Amino acid sequence: MRLWGDKLAMFTFWGYQAFIVMAALGYVTGVTQSKEYAEPEWYADIWLTIVWVSYLLVYLMTCIKRKEPHLYVANWFYLAFIITVAVLHLGNNVSIPVEFMGTKSYSAWAGVQSAMIQWWYGHNAVGFFLTAGFLGMMYYFIPKQAERPVYSYRLSIVHFWSLIFIYIWAGPHHLHYTALPDWAQTLGMTFSIMLWMPSWGGMINGVMTLSGAWHKLREDPIIQFMIIALAFYGMSTFEGPLMSIRAVNSLSHYTDWTIGHVHSGALGWVGFISFGALYYMVPRLWGRDRLYSTKLVSLHLWIATIGIVFYIAAMWIAGVMQGLMWRTYDDMGFLSYSFVETVMAMKPFYAIRAMGGILYLTGALIMVYNFWRTIRGDVSAKEQRTQLQGATA
Amino acid sequence: MSWMNHDKLEKNSLLLLGFIIVVVLIGGIIEIIPLFRQETVIEPVQGVRPYTPLELAGYNIYIREGCYNCHSQQIRPLRDEVVRYGHYSLAAESMYDHPFQWGSKRTGPDLARVGGKYSDEWHVAHMIEPRDLVPESIMPSYSFLMHKGAKLHDLPEHLKALRAVGVPYTDDMIKMAAKDAAVQATGEARTDTGGLIERYGDKVIARDFDGQPGIVSEMDALIAYLQVLGTMVDFEAAKDVDEGVL
Repeated sequence: MRLWGDKLAMFTFWGYQAFIVMAALGYVTGVTQSKEYAEPEWYADIWLTIVWVSYLLVYLMTCIKRKEPHLYVANWFYLAFIITVAVLHLGNNVSIPVEFMGTKSYSAWAGVQSAMIQWWYGHNAVGFFLTAGFLGMMYYFIPKQAERPVYSYRLSIVHFWSLIFIYIWAGPHHLHYTALPDWAQTLGMTFSIMLWMPSWGGMINGVMTLSGAWHKLREDPIIQFMIIALAFYGMSTFEGPLMSIRAVNSLSHYTDWTIGHVHSGALGWVGFISFGALYYMVPRLWGRDRLYSTKLVSLHLWIATIGIVFYIAAMWIAGVMQGLMWRTYDDMGFLSYSFVETVMAMKPFYAIRAMGGILYLTGALIMVYNFWRTIRGDVSAKEQRTQLQGATA
Repeated sequence: MSWMNHDKLEKNSLLLLGFIIVVVLIGGIIEIIPLFRQETVIEPVQGVRPYTPLELAGYNIYIREGCYNCHSQQIRPLRDEVVRYGHYSLAAESMYDHPFQWGSKRTGPDLARVGGKYSDEWHVAHMIEPRDLVPESIMPSYSFLMHKGAKLHDLPEHLKALRAVGVPYTDDMIKMAAKDAAVQATGEARTDTGGLIERYGDKVIARDFDGQPGIVSEMDALIAYLQVLGTMVDFEAAKDVDEGVL
């Protein structure tokens, strides 16, 4: 079935690209609201609102004119992602421009309220953009690639409603020990710990979809991408609740541990599930029987995985070390380290981090090469041999 | 296939959308709305005032240059932070920041109480070349701030916008904004600071922050902002309140 509203879908695509350009120009010219993940100024925010409404319209109208009686779980997640991001975007970006022709605006929210609203937004940008949206992809592409139905329908329902209900509460864990009232911090911590369960419920539902087809995990690097994505998802959604515990957070906050946590989610979960989906889609979109090379998919997988492991391990060590150095005292009860000494200690780990990032990027370039050859209609010699073997077997 | 009548939602896109909206709104409403009862959130301390126009220009340069990406402005009530940076941050201290500058990462040290900690000359030298003062520093150089004039003429518009979102700037403050900024960056040795002090209080620091008389540079504005950070609250007067809280 075709999307509803071809022209509006086109507008959504190009409109979003235009927003990305506006956002990027803002970054390099210092035009920023100074809010994490919400840096673009008021004019870009208004533009994004228009684009997002058209996105919702295309999606919703396509759902409404569907021929299937039931909406599949992937669509529930996508609907929740689109509508919740809209609510968050509107709530966090209420502001007043200084001049109509200028870029600068002041947020309607100040101090502690602006902090709470920002992290209600910021944490759920992760929860609904980078989690719910990509869970939607997971629920569609894993069953497709594995050629198996999703493991449990009931678990899908429990996973979906508990995840979207609980996620929204978790924002205050970004504000532990700040001037935010304790009751709000405690609510944020409690719900963050509860969030562990629905997160792992989703992971289990995805992994167990391979029931009866476990051999594919051995043979198919695209399935491997998707399952390793879920493994990173499981790891970072265990680490997140851990870091939201106030005592742990007192060490991890303000350090690179947080950066490592975000990257195991962004590179491992979001990146890998996207790579898996792309490897599934590209041959089909260009009408090719198969990818240029399955071997290169495998190479991408392992280079990228090793890259992430370097990256996050370096950030764990750097973060925990710096956190501990900040709170180390000498025998006399004075602080042992000046701030800059704790900066110097980071140096080798930043080098390892850069190396991990380069590996990850190399993997992505291998994927681009593979797609380029696939689109041209090439099939590698090795791929042709396995195809022949498959035919004779 | 159905469980607990969930198929009703699966068959009706709009009903599903409605349920989703209700479910995702609950947590936010419960955590955010009560924070707008200021008296339960902001401590009753003396001394916190809106930024002077020059400090506000500095706040905007701080944002433009992305300082908040590497420097936090929120000291937690933990022993090592209080020893390293000073009294833990109070909600009242950022009540006029639209938005807050608490940050989330300390690639550099916390700046919540950097005001008065170093001399103006130190800040100028440090901003021009951080490694002249801290050889191992990884902070970029901001020497261009010395040569760039601070934009003063549109400051009244800035104050007006802030008043619209609740900062108590008076008509007088708005009218005199550009002049007040120039006066603050010139200092009492060379000009009459009476009006500025009348409007913003006698704790306002008025002097030639960048050591370049005759120009109100962005360096002037940024240092004026840094020098006021964390200095507004009168902690002596707040002692009784403080003990009550602790």
